[in-house]
Amino acid sequence: MTGKQRLESVVKYILLFSALMSILIVVMIGIFTFREAIPAFRDIGIIKLLTGTVWRPGQGQYGILAMIAGSGLVTLGAVVIGVPLALGCAIFLSEIAPPAVRSIVRPSIELLAGIPSVVYGLFGMVVIVPLVRNIDVPGNTGFGLLSASIVLAVMILPTISSVSEYAIRSVPKRFREGSLALGATKWETLTKVILPGAKSGVMSAIILGLGRALGETIAMIMVIGNSVIIPFASSDNPLSIFLSRARTLTGNIAVEINYATGLHESALFATGVVLFALIMIMNSSARMLIGRGKWEKK
Amino acid sequence: MGEEVNRLQLRKLQQTGAFSLLWFAGAVSVLIMVFVVGYVIMTGFSHLTLDFFITPPRGGLSGEGGISSTIIATVYLVICTLIIATPLGIGAGVFLVEYADNLKSSIIKKFVALARYGVETLAGVPSIIFGLFGYALFVTAMHFGFSILSAALAGSCLVIPVIIRTTEEALKAVPDSYRQASLAMGASRWETIRKVVLPSAVNGISTGLILSAGRIVSETAIFYVTLGGSYRTPTSIMSSGRTMALHVYYLAMETRAFDKAMATGAVLVVLIIIINLVINMISRRLSAKTGS
Repeated sequence: MTGKQRLESVVKYILLFSALMSILIVVMIGIFTFREAIPAFRDIGIIKLLTGTVWRPGQGQYGILAMIAGSGLVTLGAVVIGVPLALGCAIFLSEIAPPAVRSIVRPSIELLAGIPSVVYGLFGMVVIVPLVRNIDVPGNTGFGLLSASIVLAVMILPTISSVSEYAIRSVPKRFREGSLALGATKWETLTKVILPGAKSGVMSAIILGLGRALGETIAMIMVIGNSVIIPFASSDNPLSIFLSRARTLTGNIAVEINYATGLHESALFATGVVLFALIMIMNSSARMLIGRGKWEKK
Repeated sequence: MGEEVNRLQLRKLQQTGAFSLLWFAGAVSVLIMVFVVGYVIMTGFSHLTLDFFITPPRGGLSGEGGISSTIIATVYLVICTLIIATPLGIGAGVFLVEYADNLKSSIIKKFVALARYGVETLAGVPSIIFGLFGYALFVTAMHFGFSILSAALAGSCLVIPVIIRTTEEALKAVPDSYRQASLAMGASRWETIRKVVLPSAVNGISTGLILSAGRIVSETAIFYVTLGGSYRTPTSIMSSGRTMALHVYYLAMETRAFDKAMATGAVLVVLIIIINLVINMISRRLSAKTGS
């Protein structure tokens, strides 16, 4: 082997190593988070950890059900507000917006994706929370699920909108032409041909958005109130549950990790394992759906 | 016949109604952007002075002082993170585009599939998990403490997938004829990559680095649990620190100094807008050049 050939193969393996770095990091994250969480799983028990309603580290009570409920409800709220808007934007951009309008709307949505989450949190504290405080329900401080859902809805809009737009655009042109030729209006073509064709791509966009929502940390800490309680409705209207303060899984980790020790620290890593597992499941299913939704190129 | 016409009119009416709702959705998203960005910039700028940029935060509960030390910490952290992430990200991108498709060994092919899976997975991991990981590994186990080094290592996990993806895109845009010409003249694969492919992809790759810098500037959760939050000017990579984004958080949550928080937030938003503009400019010039 000449020197040049040796260099070639050394370079190749160095590059292969950097390519493997990502999977290495994923594995290390899995190992480290799980290893630190083992004492919690062992001493508290998985069932008790997941279904325990009380989180009082000072008294050795570690139940994360309140945080699971908090994360679940705030994500639900964000989806209810954000998904219709995001899908509307996606359809608008891919089907009906004239190019000039598109060149305003799309960069606007891209910019929304770039705004730091701490700025969204600040905006939520200064603008959204005082607005929500005006709703006349006992105990409503403005900080809580509703404010957090509104902020989160804006934060997941770019993800859902851009992935759905891509899915809608990749429906083959011949489907649309066929439908229009049969006398369907543009709107009928859209709802009966194009959207069903883009269904799995749109579903995966929504799941990716859900993943983003579950993973958001700083903006949630800033507006959700962070109380460790299972959200409850404080008036006759069951919707007032969204005015309840809450805490997310992510917020639980961020707020307490820096001073936690022993079993408390381990329980926070266990919270991380739950979050990591949830998001991995979501992202993998989104990826499978994207794979299934691919149209063969013709 | 008249009934037919009516039905058609009804269908057209339905379409008009639906399309106006879609126009409305597009308009709302623009309005949200204008309102959020406009509000932060307008209220923030009214508290901005030159002093704000050149004095350090005074600490304490009043939130007095400026942001000079947080600007330095942000720049310091961006540079350190990019030093760690850039070689790995570009290396991975080069391998995935230039080597992965013509490999003979089936074991390495399996590695390639694994690497691709890794990039996709890493891109979906929420930042607090990177923070938790960085806290467990770099801050605690490796005894780097709350420091720029720990934060940069954890932050690289966030930007490595970004750099890999943009590098891949940039390399794919280089015409195959360049590679063939270089190989035909007797250059080896690596010489071709180093002297022909990478130089023509440099603009595309640089958008990835700028994008990554933006991600580090915006990120808060990772650094909240790995950087320590000291408002003093960092003196080495082992110093604790506070980025501008982190400063916004502390101002809003711990001192309730919303004016200063908004002013710092406005600086961040302007930075992000500039970064977006630069990236758009580079990619527009790129697509004009390749004619795609």
